Amino acid sequence: MTMDARNPNQDAKGPRLTRRQALQLGAVGTAGLAVGGALSLSDRGGLTTAEQASTRPGGLQGHALHDAMTTVGELRPGGFDPLAYISHFETGRISRLASGQIMREYDLLAMEKEIEVAPGVFFPAWTYNGQVPGPTIRCTEGDRVRVNFVNAGSHGHTIHFHGIHAANMDGAFEVVAPGGAFTYEFDAEPFGLQLYHCHVPPFKKHIHKGLYGVFLIDPKQGRPAARELVMVMNGFDTNFDGENEIYAVNTVGFHYQRHPIRLQLGEQVRVYLVNLTEFDLINSFHLHGNFFRCYRYGTDLERFDYTDTVMFCQGERGVLEFSFKHSGKFVFHAHQSEFAELGWTGIFEVGGAADG
Amino acid sequence: MAETAAPALDGAKRGSTTAPPRTWSSRVPVWLKGLGPLVLLAALAALFLRFGPLGVFQPAFPPVEELTVEHITLPRLGEIQVQVVNGGPQAVTIGQVSVDDAIWRFEIDGSNTIGRLESRTLTIPYPWVEGEPHEVALVTSTGLTFTAGVEVATQTPSLDARYIGTFAMLGVYVGVIPVLLGLLWLPFLRSIHRRWLDFFLSLTLGLLIFLGVNALAESLETAGLVAGAFQGLGVVVLGFLGAVLILAALGGRQAQGRHGEASPFYVATLIALGIGLHNLGEGLAIGAAYATGEIALGTFLVVGFLIHNTTEGLGIVAPVAAERPQLRRLLLLGLLAGVPTIPGAWIGGFTYAPIWVTLFLAMGAGAIAQVIYLLWNFFARPEGGGGLAGPLNAAGLVLGMLIMYATGLLVAA
Repeated sequence: MTMDARNPNQDAKGPRLTRRQALQLGAVGTAGLAVGGALSLSDRGGLTTAEQASTRPGGLQGHALHDAMTTVGELRPGGFDPLAYISHFETGRISRLASGQIMREYDLLAMEKEIEVAPGVFFPAWTYNGQVPGPTIRCTEGDRVRVNFVNAGSHGHTIHFHGIHAANMDGAFEVVAPGGAFTYEFDAEPFGLQLYHCHVPPFKKHIHKGLYGVFLIDPKQGRPAARELVMVMNGFDTNFDGENEIYAVNTVGFHYQRHPIRLQLGEQVRVYLVNLTEFDLINSFHLHGNFFRCYRYGTDLERFDYTDTVMFCQGERGVLEFSFKHSGKFVFHAHQSEFAELGWTGIFEVGGAADG
Repeated sequence: MAETAAPALDGAKRGSTTAPPRTWSSRVPVWLKGLGPLVLLAALAALFLRFGPLGVFQPAFPPVEELTVEHITLPRLGEIQVQVVNGGPQAVTIGQVSVDDAIWRFEIDGSNTIGRLESRTLTIPYPWVEGEPHEVALVTSTGLTFTAGVEVATQTPSLDARYIGTFAMLGVYVGVIPVLLGLLWLPFLRSIHRRWLDFFLSLTLGLLIFLGVNALAESLETAGLVAGAFQGLGVVVLGFLGAVLILAALGGRQAQGRHGEASPFYVATLIALGIGLHNLGEGLAIGAAYATGEIALGTFLVVGFLIHNTTEGLGIVAPVAAERPQLRRLLLLGLLAGVPTIPGAWIGGFTYAPIWVTLFLAMGAGAIAQVIYLLWNFFARPEGGGGLAGPLNAAGLVLGMLIMYATGLLVAA
């Protein structure tokens, strides 16, 4: 199916079967029934089929098709809530060093936990603090960052932060054994949208099992006020065949489609978008009915792309800024149809005066 | 091993028979002796289920799940129905369903959790495309996927008069007419020399060997589609040997002819029955394959079956050619062989379960095996024309198999 089919404005020429197509199908069906035809049982099979298609209940029409491509059931209560995660930032325990530098301290615990990646589908994940993605760690450029890491898992793990820091704070060689602990400490630089993840081989296994999260370093002067959303594009290989069965932003397939993100007309929105999809070379983000400014890696406050679609390699990220000019429902999704159809699809529901 | 064990067993036996007559064992009623082990087994099983097997066997992780998709139908445009059975060791919960790598909404006729040996039908509102392949994946709660496909999507005929009529005619074409046509060889067979009659009998034997092996191979093939717990291979063994033994037991009482060998009419009946069972299985398979779009029943295929199955009629009349069979009885034999194709096609197109196809094909193979055995004995009789090793009979046998091979080329769908 085409992605445009989900745009409500295009319903009129949506993917429903036209009557002419249905008649063609009927004709093919009749031809296939060569035996029936040869036995002169009926030559009105074509019409019958077409009539059934257009009149019987159960055939897919218009809106029904939009609603059909999605998950069924609800998440088990008490688990990871994508609507809470999307706007939750861990700013750490703040103190001030003798030098006057701000120190932020965070605790991260590697632990194994079964998570729900679609209603009723569970995945034996490796997590930071029991959630995938791990908590979004936020600080300001120049802050001292201290992360107390404890490995409660059954395999060795580390935390590899992206950024500029000492070699022994990189989480590449100092594997923390099960039951062990390690304290990472470094100054936050450069500002931008960074990430963190486990860096123990086999990397594919450690990352796709869920050991990753967003590491956000704000510029000293801050960014303009906006409604801020964190979106981690990820996927889950639930049957361990080296391909993802479920794609999403923030883990749960189709969650933001079934529970749209509510925005206000004209509200400034900033999306911190990170790609941590394993197995697939790239992932992408496409916004309907709008264009956005994309500050790649968030490391420059001046230069941006003006587009409605961005494509990220694994580990690539960008800060997207936009506001909606029209109210209504607007879809956002991977512009790879396959990912979109396997869960990486959401909806912004823009409130305000209807403007037709 | 066996040789060394046997004397010991013998010794034990002798020991028990020479023991004094009044032991505790003689006071226990026989039925209790028979039930004793069963009672102990039940107690042990209950103990295991209640307390766990002493912690020796950890639950497997990830759990062994097994779902088998038995049948996919496309009842109308925009709808796919999937018939699934749990043939695994434990309950399986379906979490989500995807079609062609797109997660899709579905309805299920019961709980999402399918108990062992239970089945469900899923209805998926998916806009399938005529003439194209589609794949359905069932994602279980543990993330395992079970996939099954439609090879060529086409609307599944609904069970109405038109459908029943179509498949009745199909059955007549591929089952009844060819067999009855084959029966028309009777006057020809009656007017030829005894030596040539043996030739045609051995040709029949060749046909049957080919058909029997084919039926057995097909049943083994469909056995692979049977959900694990239902033991497809076991069904083949049961069907095959069951048919052989039942027919042998029946034949042993009523089939002795003048010279002690099986009566010709009995042989002909057996052949008709074997072919009928085979055709029932074949009808099931044809109906299902047509309903799921795996085969297009083009004119060519129907003509192929027509020619292929005509040889079956020859098989029925050859044994009775020397007799004076009543026309009515012959006709009944022809119908016995051909008509089962019709209900087979009806049932197969409506609800397809590999286990039944497997069973009927295996029974057909067993019945044919029994016939082959009888014909084999027939040729071993003193006036059997030098037996099957005689040049004419051997040629007939090979020719019979060659005919089946050549006409089989026409129905390789």
